[in-house]
Amino acid sequence: MEIKKSKKTAVDVNAIRKLIKKHKKNDLAFAALGMFVIASLTITLIILFLDLVLDGYPKFTLDFFSNFPSRRAARAGILSAWVGSSLVLLVTFFVAVPLGIAAGIYLEEYAKKNWVSDIIEINVSNLAGVPSIIYGLLALGLFVYSFGLGQSILTAGLTLALLMLPIVIVSTREAIRAIPIHIREAAYAVGATKWQVVLHHVVQYSYGGILTGVIIGMARAIGETAPVITIGALTFIAFLPPSPVSVDPPFLNFEWLSSGFTVLPIQMFNWISRPQHAFHINAAATGAVIIILTALMNGFAIKLRYNVRKKIKW
Amino acid sequence: MVAKNKHNEIIKAESRDLNFFYADGTQALKNVSLPVYENKITALIGPSGCGKSTFLRSFNRMHDLYPGNRYDGQIILYPDNTNILDPKVDPIEVRMRISMVFQKPNPFPKSIYENVAYGLRVRGESNARVLDEKIEEALKGASLWDEVKDRLQDLAFNLSGGQQQRLCIARALATDPEIMLFDEPTSALDPIATVNIEELMSSLKDKLSILIVTHNMQQAARISDYTAYMYLGELVEHDKTGTIFTKPSKKETEDYITGKFG
Repeated sequence: MEIKKSKKTAVDVNAIRKLIKKHKKNDLAFAALGMFVIASLTITLIILFLDLVLDGYPKFTLDFFSNFPSRRAARAGILSAWVGSSLVLLVTFFVAVPLGIAAGIYLEEYAKKNWVSDIIEINVSNLAGVPSIIYGLLALGLFVYSFGLGQSILTAGLTLALLMLPIVIVSTREAIRAIPIHIREAAYAVGATKWQVVLHHVVQYSYGGILTGVIIGMARAIGETAPVITIGALTFIAFLPPSPVSVDPPFLNFEWLSSGFTVLPIQMFNWISRPQHAFHINAAATGAVIIILTALMNGFAIKLRYNVRKKIKW
Repeated sequence: MVAKNKHNEIIKAESRDLNFFYADGTQALKNVSLPVYENKITALIGPSGCGKSTFLRSFNRMHDLYPGNRYDGQIILYPDNTNILDPKVDPIEVRMRISMVFQKPNPFPKSIYENVAYGLRVRGESNARVLDEKIEEALKGASLWDEVKDRLQDLAFNLSGGQQQRLCIARALATDPEIMLFDEPTSALDPIATVNIEELMSSLKDKLSILIVTHNMQQAARISDYTAYMYLGELVEHDKTGTIFTKPSKKETEDYITGKFG
């Protein structure tokens, strides 16, 4: 028996194919544009970075990291700068992270939604965009003069903490908002209190997003120069702050908090403003160090977010 | 005193002239008076938006989570005559007595063990032996024990949809609730998983009282002892399931269950 095949068609197949081809051109055009934009940005960054590395590579020695700055460019290193940056970031971390997470949780979970919380919300978002020099001025007036904290590591850490706080708050709130409502309801339905829901669920499911915000905030803080200069960080420093840990009990020592200091970007700024070319090589090497540190931190943040997302999928 | 009805059933809880208003002012429930019988399954049916889920969620004060919602009327829980809608009664106390299973399986992103343990943990239970025992009992009660007993530390997300829903039932069961609320518990599941859950609900009523919202009228007919038909926030009719499905007293109910409407 002959198999019958359909001979009917309601549409012009060739016309459809032509139409699809035309529509797909738009896809291609957009993809090409996006590719161009991303490529030009990435290439710019890579060229800048390579330029720094090529200029600075003679300085990538252990001595560069273990020497104090010096009037002789060849002997100058970034020991005081990287130690200063680390200690300042330590203060920033311990101030901004607990405060920022607590504020984010409060605003998202506890605060009543009314005009007061609206104003706070707008202000927090605005703070993230305030130029950092303004934070420097605020810190100079408040921490240095009013509180008498001096031009110390503590002052710098607090200043950068202010800068980082809105980033932590915003990322905490976003991470919390990403938790589906039915998971919350499940927790409440078995009789959990608000605090139990926050502690056992909200914090545990959002820590990936929160940590990402924290690391990105730290990566921003490490490169900040203006506010640290404003509060009066030293530009030439040939000593280290007292060590935070000691071999004798109580093992912790807080004298370093009130010590003078410098940080990596200031060291770089200082070298770049000198006329001798040899110092410019030092500056380039310092710049490369800052970029590598920032890239490492951001990379770690991305890896972290990826791991958490793999584990918790709604 | 034990409250009883004309069929000589024991009343576990009852709503009296319950009105409910959402924060935007819409009235979702209008003077709903409905008993929930002890060791029986009471099913709520009706078209989308008729207020049956709103009614169910009043029983564990879920609406309290969202500001601006307002109850008016009472839900009395026996034997202690507690009006669970009374603002003086803590919603957490209510939720510790009346547990809930949701439409979409919503296990926590934790292990199978921790999911079931959670209700006990918020009640302060930390003795590992007690927890192990209760968790085994709850998982057996939810007919899930045999499938998961060798992988209690696995993430709950690795279970199938039907298993996840049974896990949620085990979680709700572990704390020995007096009433269990089911909000369309099988609407996200395949037919085999649905049959499992239905059998499970029937087996649970020896221990507790069940109030279930369902879109599926055959489901109500299959598993429930009593059925209530709601429309536009009002309770139209409430009777034994057999009566509702064979000779309903109201024309609207008949139209709905025969498919002429809805």
